[in-house]
Amino acid sequence: MTTTYEPNQVLSTKEFKVVGTRPIRHDGVDKVTGKAQFGADVFPTGLLYGKILRSPHAHAKIKKIDTSKAAAMAGVKAVMTGRDMPETPNVPGEERRITLGELSTDLKYLREQVMATKRVLFRGHPVAAVAATSPHIAEEATKAIEIEYDVLPPVLTAPEGMADDAPIIHDDVFTDELGEKQTDKPSNVAEHFQHKLGDVNKGFAEADVVIEREFNTSTVHQGYIEPHTCTVQWNKDERVLIWNSTQGPFNVRDSAAQVLDIPISHVRLTPMEIGGGFGGKFEPYGEPPAAILSKMAGGRPVKIVMTRTEELECTGPTPGSYIKCKIGATKEGKITAMQAHMAYEAGAFPGSPVGAGAMCVFAPYDVENMLVDGYDVVVNKPKTAAYRAPGATNAEFTSETIIDEIAEKIGMEPLEFRLMNAAKEGTRQADGAPYDKIGLVEVIEAMKDHPHYNAPLEGKNRGRGMALGYWMNAGLQSSVNIAVNQDGTATLVEGSPDIGGSRTSISMQAAEVLGIQAEDIHPSVADTDSVGFSFGTGGSRTTFATGWAAYKAAEDVKQQMIERAALIWDVDADSIEMEDGVLKSKSDPELKTTFKELAGELNSTGGPIIGRGAVDPKGVGVAFAGLIVDVEVDPETGKVDVLRVTAVQDAGKAIHPSYVEGQMQGGSVQGIGWGLNEEYFMTEEGVMANSTWLDYRMPLALDLPMIDTVIVEVANPGHPFGVRGVGEVNIVAPPAALANAIYRAVGVRMERLPMKPQTVLETIAAQKG
Amino acid sequence: MPQKTSVTTHINGEEVQFLAEPRQSLLESLRDTLHLTGAKEGCNDGNCGACTVEMDGRIVDSCLVLGVEAEGSEINTIEGVATPEGLHPIQEAFLENAALQCGICTPGFIVASKALLEANPNPTEHEIRFWLAGNLCRCTGYDKIVRAVADAAGRMSS
Repeated sequence: MTTTYEPNQVLSTKEFKVVGTRPIRHDGVDKVTGKAQFGADVFPTGLLYGKILRSPHAHAKIKKIDTSKAAAMAGVKAVMTGRDMPETPNVPGEERRITLGELSTDLKYLREQVMATKRVLFRGHPVAAVAATSPHIAEEATKAIEIEYDVLPPVLTAPEGMADDAPIIHDDVFTDELGEKQTDKPSNVAEHFQHKLGDVNKGFAEADVVIEREFNTSTVHQGYIEPHTCTVQWNKDERVLIWNSTQGPFNVRDSAAQVLDIPISHVRLTPMEIGGGFGGKFEPYGEPPAAILSKMAGGRPVKIVMTRTEELECTGPTPGSYIKCKIGATKEGKITAMQAHMAYEAGAFPGSPVGAGAMCVFAPYDVENMLVDGYDVVVNKPKTAAYRAPGATNAEFTSETIIDEIAEKIGMEPLEFRLMNAAKEGTRQADGAPYDKIGLVEVIEAMKDHPHYNAPLEGKNRGRGMALGYWMNAGLQSSVNIAVNQDGTATLVEGSPDIGGSRTSISMQAAEVLGIQAEDIHPSVADTDSVGFSFGTGGSRTTFATGWAAYKAAEDVKQQMIERAALIWDVDADSIEMEDGVLKSKSDPELKTTFKELAGELNSTGGPIIGRGAVDPKGVGVAFAGLIVDVEVDPETGKVDVLRVTAVQDAGKAIHPSYVEGQMQGGSVQGIGWGLNEEYFMTEEGVMANSTWLDYRMPLALDLPMIDTVIVEVANPGHPFGVRGVGEVNIVAPPAALANAIYRAVGVRMERLPMKPQTVLETIAAQKG
Repeated sequence: MPQKTSVTTHINGEEVQFLAEPRQSLLESLRDTLHLTGAKEGCNDGNCGACTVEMDGRIVDSCLVLGVEAEGSEINTIEGVATPEGLHPIQEAFLENAALQCGICTPGFIVASKALLEANPNPTEHEIRFWLAGNLCRCTGYDKIVRAVADAAGRMSS
């Protein structure tokens, strides 16, 4: 080939003036100069430092807590235990659901997770907290708190928790069986649900090839670089001020208020810049204790910054899982049945992402017979939190590995096999509604067309693997206000923390409507007193939903600008149109002005103009992605080197292609880390043995090649610019693509994540002798 | 309370005095005492590089240096990378290549990249990756960071 190779391609289907360009992000200069204020960068007057004392045991009864020595130490201003937390009324049959990003929980569990009262359920479970004049004094004081425990045996994996003789973690958790009844004995299985389509027994009977395998995946962490941090001040007027690092300012405002048993409007949460989240920063961890400590200390602000070990041991990882997956197909290449049994670790309290995983496991395929059984299993590990397409990566690792194996058995090229069975508009999944317009076929075609797919791969122990990924994305509520400035620019106020350039992708949608430049919009992420409710930055929703709110707010401004021009020109508003920032009469060519000129006249012609956008959009566009990866396996050590990666994804419409590529590259690399390195290495006692970044090894620059991208654009009919969420689906395909590449390299089928050297060697020994 | 030591040092070209307990890290002194919050705490045990600063011509994780060890040294932090004339070419390249997402690791990457390009004005992709292996980024997958550093090398040599 003689054409120049483009590492980052955009297969654009519709062009706009601002949307689809690559302006410098609005917060960029602050972030490259060190001026951006992140969670830990606030120092209000009178600041105290909080520290949480945590359980050394994975499962134990608390017999006695004595805080007297800690309270007497110089510099200590407050000491609290679970007894200082408000009681949560536990009304039988009356749940108080709390939204935690893409997951949710019952208030009584969240309260107990924030600080234990009677029993500790995971290593690192908070049991007490101290506020002092320095972080070192606070840490010393926590060590002076004396606690007696009765240690209980821990349950550490879903299969262990489901065993008949498993220790029971909660005496008030009963199995919700198929949404119909509850078991009469307490169980570690909080829920068993089923999605059913057609008849899998009939489907498997029609198959020429049936493959069934059992898979185990390890617990992994989101690994955001900035730890959770919060500063909380309980004022004398009973207002609680929070400055923190969160994906969901309104979500944490609400959940923290509920845990503290105060009205949500008593909390003002100011979201600082956030150093990554990936789903893990939707929960209140330090905020309620810091609030109570602040109140005890007379209203002085209390800052709690988690250590990295606290992050790994105590904040939401994503679950380890056991999945049995079975797929059958005819020798002509038609998939006849797909079945999965999925058991996910919820962590210490019910609520794993197994439900989402079950919706994703077979999502790329149009198959008549499907059966998925999901189990939510409590174990003595930290409560799981959302992590980028939560539940999907575990699930699709298993199905996409078996798809590859069946393709091989029937002698079909794996992408052709996928294409032949690919879901399309109207395809119904086992869990319900048929797809609206989707871009799966286009993604597979783009993979086939890519130079990477067609390049020869030479050398021993090398292999190329492919896999698909699906994620459903979220909509949910967002609010945006836009005010027109006299100099012809506009300020935009939104409530979605900017984790990856979303100030800009949101502003660009407003700029497109107003016919001005992206740089003419000045966006800010406001505190919870200053903008309407906005669900957090997660679920790949921000550019979609908050962008939509910005679109609506801009349309509102546009209409008011037209009406103002009508007033000035003394004509009917219907006779004026505004396009590309120019307002003109449809009939009189003399009547013409620009957005910028008119903006300068607003104050003298009736006053300022502000636009509002408040949305709860329903037209969420689901996302498909694919990954092509080349690896080299060292058969002596089992180490897998990643040689080349190409990520393909349907973005609907890439508002800012650079930041869409960034999501694809970052998600791919998180998926590579999950696939090859990352795991919670637990001792039998339930202690994480690798709770630092030296030992919990995330991918480094040196581990990776460049990550090439192809953005496919199949417009989402449910969004004004065709946007689909782009943040999450890219993490899903890598583990399966790597497993399929390892198969091509050394001829073994991987059934465990991570596919670390030891696992690769053991698999080679087991399958090849 | 432990006795504090008076430390005299140069930070970004200016003489600075501060008090530090023997147990306080340089990172803590910079952030909590001097409120130079550009250096970030990601792990506090030398694994992530978010707190990278230059100390006497060498990049260090400031969480692994004690504040009192800064006595008499020359320290350069992210706050000193841009000049009154404007952004450093590395900062421009990070912006134009979209080499940051959340931005928490960015100060460390920029300080480390500046040291790389001062030592090796024309690094290969492998040399960039090797030098930056002490800085963790969880958002970008490193692709755009590597491109930005290569781009900055070009800007600085021309």
